[in-house]
Amino acid sequence: MSTTNRPAQFAFLSRILHWLMAALLVAMLFIGVSMVASLGDYHWLVALHRPLGIAILILAVIRLVTRLLTKAPALPANISHAERVVIKMSEPVLYTLFIALPLVGWAMLSAGHYPIVMFGSVHLPPILPAKPELYATLRKTHTILAYLLFLTFLAHAGAVLFHTLILRDGILSRMVPWTVRPAKGEGRS
Amino acid sequence: MNGSELNQDSKPLPARLPSAALFARLASIGLLLAVLAALFLYAGGWLTPHALTPAALINTFESLNGAHPGFRRNHAKGVCVTGYFESNGAGQALSKAQVFRAGRVPIVGRFALAGGQPYAADTPKTVRSLAILFKLPDGEEWRTAMINLPVFVVNTPQDFHEFLVLTSPDPQTGKVDTAGVGAFLAKHPETAAALKEIGSHPFSSGFGDSPYYALNAFRFVNASGDRTSVRWWVKPDQAVGAGDSAATSDKNYLFDGLIAQMRSGPLRWHVIVTVGQPGDPTAQAASAWPADRQQIDVGTITIDTIESEDTSATRDINFDPLVLPDGISPSDDPLLSARSAAYSQSFTRREGEHKSPSAVSTAEVEK
Repeated sequence: MSTTNRPAQFAFLSRILHWLMAALLVAMLFIGVSMVASLGDYHWLVALHRPLGIAILILAVIRLVTRLLTKAPALPANISHAERVVIKMSEPVLYTLFIALPLVGWAMLSAGHYPIVMFGSVHLPPILPAKPELYATLRKTHTILAYLLFLTFLAHAGAVLFHTLILRDGILSRMVPWTVRPAKGEGRS
Repeated sequence: MNGSELNQDSKPLPARLPSAALFARLASIGLLLAVLAALFLYAGGWLTPHALTPAALINTFESLNGAHPGFRRNHAKGVCVTGYFESNGAGQALSKAQVFRAGRVPIVGRFALAGGQPYAADTPKTVRSLAILFKLPDGEEWRTAMINLPVFVVNTPQDFHEFLVLTSPDPQTGKVDTAGVGAFLAKHPETAAALKEIGSHPFSSGFGDSPYYALNAFRFVNASGDRTSVRWWVKPDQAVGAGDSAATSDKNYLFDGLIAQMRSGPLRWHVIVTVGQPGDPTAQAASAWPADRQQIDVGTITIDTIESEDTSATRDINFDPLVLPDGISPSDDPLLSARSAAYSQSFTRREGEHKSPSAVSTAEVEK
């Protein structure tokens, strides 16, 4: 397929959400892993973790809808077929984790018979009945998904840096928040 | 999602980098990823294995008490109750929490004995606890876990851990390290003072005639946004009997006494809020506030049904003292966050474990 009608970048909203969510997700992974190991800071970290998780869930849904409704830019030509497959698969994996992690967290608190407090008197309804075994399973799942997301984040950041600094194929320009004009020969036929 | 299709028109790749530059860039990428991974491991406590974490604290309980899967790691032996809280409206001056509006909210609760052994025999000197969950009208909750000591024994989680280990009998010798306890008390005058204060409040005869104290300070926030440091405790309506007369062979005599007492009618406690003055320490659970502080009776807890943990859903409630409604917030007391973290760790472990019958069985409750 020719790139005649492929944009040079992801949709503006996708790019903004990408960087906003990147910051929130990295912060969340660190908050999550710290709070579990902390006695003194546990409470304020948990109190932050819950509403931030729900914010990420909302942003992830907006981002998924935006992604499905807009066109993605083409990948640089130098990328091998095998790497294209990996890149193509990494996207749904990441989106699944963005949505699954907060949902599992919410479900886990529901199953653990906890009120799901956001801030002040604002709280969410439970999405599962209170059930001990379910809580235990979801609690483990939440941790495993978080480790998976952290590893996926490292792989993603490492791969993009490799392309940008070593191969210098301009892959990052697809996602930078500012507008990048297509280079000569790009985006036209 | 079709982001990976070939861009046939893209510009040619830039010239190759000199190998030194290539190496430097590769090394930088590797270093950045390694630093991120190391920070993550550090944040999660993997690089500081001797730090006191919630898991380490609960491990200590497990090693002191032995393995009792399915049970709370502390206050393991207990019984569940239900009832209601009737607010008289007096709390509203200090807190906008819905629970203080005049009226009734349902409660569930649990009486228990301190310690991590679910089948230990009741003794007159074992610390008793009462945990209550107030169910507010629209799904908000207030959970509080109280014990029958007027002050706590330490001010920090680290001191708690140290004191717990020192005052527990050595699993090998069965003896308490009295020299170690003495050294701790010399280093911690607040603990020595707290033990004296505790000694001046002899235990009552049972669960039903005990007061229970929340110990930690909290902040009440009222409708105008005024913040007040408070502590709360519950004062029994039942006549208080002397505690030392209970020589009995019944391993569950405290629980059986409670069950028998409830058979003749509901039990009641007044919820008393102690109002702190500016300057009263809020981060020192081992120190009582001056005795002349205002005490407000904000309503009455009535407990009218009792049920074994074996059948009650309350077994699977974590009485986390930081599950608070809008209008009550934590103080700067470091024990609050630590309790919340440790309770959560205990809860997470026990919820995934096979359950064994409670010492206070259904038959015991119904006989």
